[in-house]
Amino acid sequence: MKLIPNLWYKLIAVATVGYVLVYGLLIDLPTDVGILDETIRNLFYHVPMWFGMSLILFAAWINSLMYLSRPNVKRDIYASELTNVGLLMGFCGLFTGMFWAYNTWGTPWTNDPKLNGVAAGMAMYGGYWLIQKSVVDFEKRARLSAVYNVFVFPLFVSLIYVMPKLSQFSIHPGSGESVNFKAYNQTQNMEFVFYPAVIGWALLFVWIAELRTRNQLLKFKKENEKILSNHIVS
Amino acid sequence: MKKYYLTILFLSIIQGLMAQNETSVLRSSGKIYVVIGVILIIFFLVVLYLVRLDRKITKLEQTES
Repeated sequence: MKLIPNLWYKLIAVATVGYVLVYGLLIDLPTDVGILDETIRNLFYHVPMWFGMSLILFAAWINSLMYLSRPNVKRDIYASELTNVGLLMGFCGLFTGMFWAYNTWGTPWTNDPKLNGVAAGMAMYGGYWLIQKSVVDFEKRARLSAVYNVFVFPLFVSLIYVMPKLSQFSIHPGSGESVNFKAYNQTQNMEFVFYPAVIGWALLFVWIAELRTRNQLLKFKKENEKILSNHIVS
Repeated sequence: MKKYYLTILFLSIIQGLMAQNETSVLRSSGKIYVVIGVILIIFFLVVLYLVRLDRKITKLEQTES
């Protein structure tokens, strides 16, 4: 057996993130981006965190649905670890965003609908984490957290994408009345870095999630040799 | 035929990226490459760490089964 399973997507992840790290700093920028100036390069590092988080949390949501339709230890562990890593990405996005905002808008936290939505959404995922930590019985924990996750993900998406879009005012691009990032992109080369950035960063964090999942599966197998023989793990 | 498409795609990407004016603030002194080097070293070490972790877990899985 190979020492590194699923090598192909890991290679793609490393190659694309490496490419993004180099060309994100090197490409030519559109000339008038207002107060953003050179910091518009954060589009390749801050924004992919949120996109990747949404993709990973969506994958976790699918796994939760699959667990509810056919209970299986694997699905529960996939869902919980993907959620953990998705939230890690979310926090990366949050802190980079606060740093960027401090240097652009003058304050780390503005009263923006997007920021408030994210704060509320993170708190809701805190509830998911609480269920994971507080329920001892495995079956109960898996079922409860799956149900919770199935409800929480659509709410989270509506809080961070739909509500800011509907709101009157937002300083985030593409929300409320403000212009989209596309309006800035006259040189037409930013998407050559931006789309690979979304894919690459997401895959890199999926790799971390895979490692955590396999670790948890090993732990579970060690603790439940008996249950294993009853074909709960397939 | 496939590889020609890929070549054309890469060429167009590189051409788009290289259409730079030298007056850009970040590249005006040429020292931005030092920063890129530092970032790449950090990234390389993080990836090395992940690879070693991956191999360790795989070995554990093989001894378990």
